[in-house]
Amino acid sequence: MDKLTAWERLNIVHNPNRPNAYDYINGIFEHYYEMQGDRCFAEDKAITGGIATFQKLPVTILANVKGKDIEQNRRCNFSMAHPEGYRKALRLAKQAEKFKRPVICFIDTTGAFCGVDAEKRGQGQAIATNIKEFMRLKVPIISIITGEGGSGGALGLGVCDELAMLENAVYSVISPRGAASILWRDASKEKDAANTMKITAQDLLKFEVAEHIIKEPISGAHADHNMTFENIIEYLIEALKRNLKKSIAMLLKDRYNKFRKIGIFNE
Amino acid sequence: MKDLFKVVKDRVRVNSKKFKKERADIPSGLFFKCPRCQTSIFKEDFDAAGRVCLNCSYHSRLTALQRLYITVDRGSFVEYDKDLTSKNPIDFPEYEEKVRCLMKSTGLNEAIITGECTIRGEKCVIGIMDSYFMMASMGSVVGEKITRAFERATEKELSVVLFTASGGARMQEGIISLMQMAKTSGALALHSEQGLFYCAVLTDPTTGGVTASFASLADVTLAEPKVLVGFAGRRVIEGTIKQRLPDDFQSAEFLQAHGYVDRIVPRKKLRHELYRLLRFHRKGEAVDWIN
Ligand SMILES: [Zn+2]
Repeated sequence: MDKLTAWERLNIVHNPNRPNAYDYINGIFEHYYEMQGDRCFAEDKAITGGIATFQKLPVTILANVKGKDIEQNRRCNFSMAHPEGYRKALRLAKQAEKFKRPVICFIDTTGAFCGVDAEKRGQGQAIATNIKEFMRLKVPIISIITGEGGSGGALGLGVCDELAMLENAVYSVISPRGAASILWRDASKEKDAANTMKITAQDLLKFEVAEHIIKEPISGAHADHNMTFENIIEYLIEALKRNLKKSIAMLLKDRYNKFRKIGIFNE
Repeated sequence: MKDLFKVVKDRVRVNSKKFKKERADIPSGLFFKCPRCQTSIFKEDFDAAGRVCLNCSYHSRLTALQRLYITVDRGSFVEYDKDLTSKNPIDFPEYEEKVRCLMKSTGLNEAIITGECTIRGEKCVIGIMDSYFMMASMGSVVGEKITRAFERATEKELSVVLFTASGGARMQEGIISLMQMAKTSGALALHSEQGLFYCAVLTDPTTGGVTASFASLADVTLAEPKVLVGFAGRRVIEGTIKQRLPDDFQSAEFLQAHGYVDRIVPRKKLRHELYRLLRFHRKGEAVDWIN
């Protein structure tokens, strides 16, 4: 599994039987209580959010939703959230802060939705606000990239104390297709772009953008959902312990420094 | 920590001669064709109007040095972190050569200049992005310079003024560039928590990851007339909906109508507008009232 290219891993995460947000939620947590709406404009099915218990600990869950068939995908817009999705996520994160619940995010989106209405309702402002507010949220935030982490759309749920990635997950500044069409002016060079952009969990661990890689079953998470869930549970227990024992001041300082140190330049 | 705040003594000298020379460097033809109203006007008239379209008042792009020249008090600018330059974090093909060429053609080390200055006597930290440097995309250096600018402003209790312009995250630096959105926003959040003032001036074009981070997080958001501001690329959206978007889509006026900009300010009034805002937010101003 160590030798797979970014392109091969992308093909694994696109397997239609790979678990989606609701599979992870039902397989890892108990008593999921979904909450809806951003209280400003609408409910966005591209992000689900709510409360659940994890090993008896109440937590808030935020997750990008990918559908399993065309009907589901129409409802959740292929996991591409509108501003109201990010604003709902922020509302629930603030609620988690009030009740001192840790926040656990499952990231799986090709990116925020690009459209006329998304622009009118401030897609950039919605994501920016989440980044800033998550940076200062006074409860632990653990984010897990389960499939694709695409650009600012992923970062809208991606500011956290620890970032874990499933073994075959990818995280990129732009989708390989987008990179190919902008940088090589040829969308068919998607495969080359994927392999050039350093987007695998292994790359991100090296860059210290991700802190942890969660093992998948041989051939991928689709092959054995339960084993994948167990590996995530094992990781979450440790990650929550590590972060819950920090004082709020220490938690926020460490979170600031996690991002503060990222950058490669000459001085 | 002391080193980090060491002010780079090397002052950028900006005099009118240099300013004229800069202008001559911009790719020229006899005419300027306005991207907003498609009118062609004589380059000379366009330049004389401060690079503003005479027909629709579209405010065209300035270099960072031109912007500095028309904004700050003469001789007041002390530059920060002039010597930070880009590396090639993901070994992206031909990235280093591209940066080297741009350093030569623009005379800048990267796509932003930051430093301290006064504007009509009001001290502030200023950052100016330069769209002639790889469309002012945000990589490690741009992210680091903005972050340090906010950190120093926090330390010195100064307001921050940022002139934004950007094509978004710098794709050639991969995931490292995406993380600059979080890094800059974090430093901005700490500055804000100290009760300090931040003003963003949106200039042409402000898009992508910069719109989705510090450009959208100011206490007061100003924009120049008719400039392009948005999250997604216009062509990306047109490709999705399979129709042409109206000319004013993602303009400053479009943003203002939807509630994302406080005021649209013509270039020649900006200096006064910034002075007024900095004056309002001078630290400790209302002390006499409280005690
Ligand atoms: Zn015009």
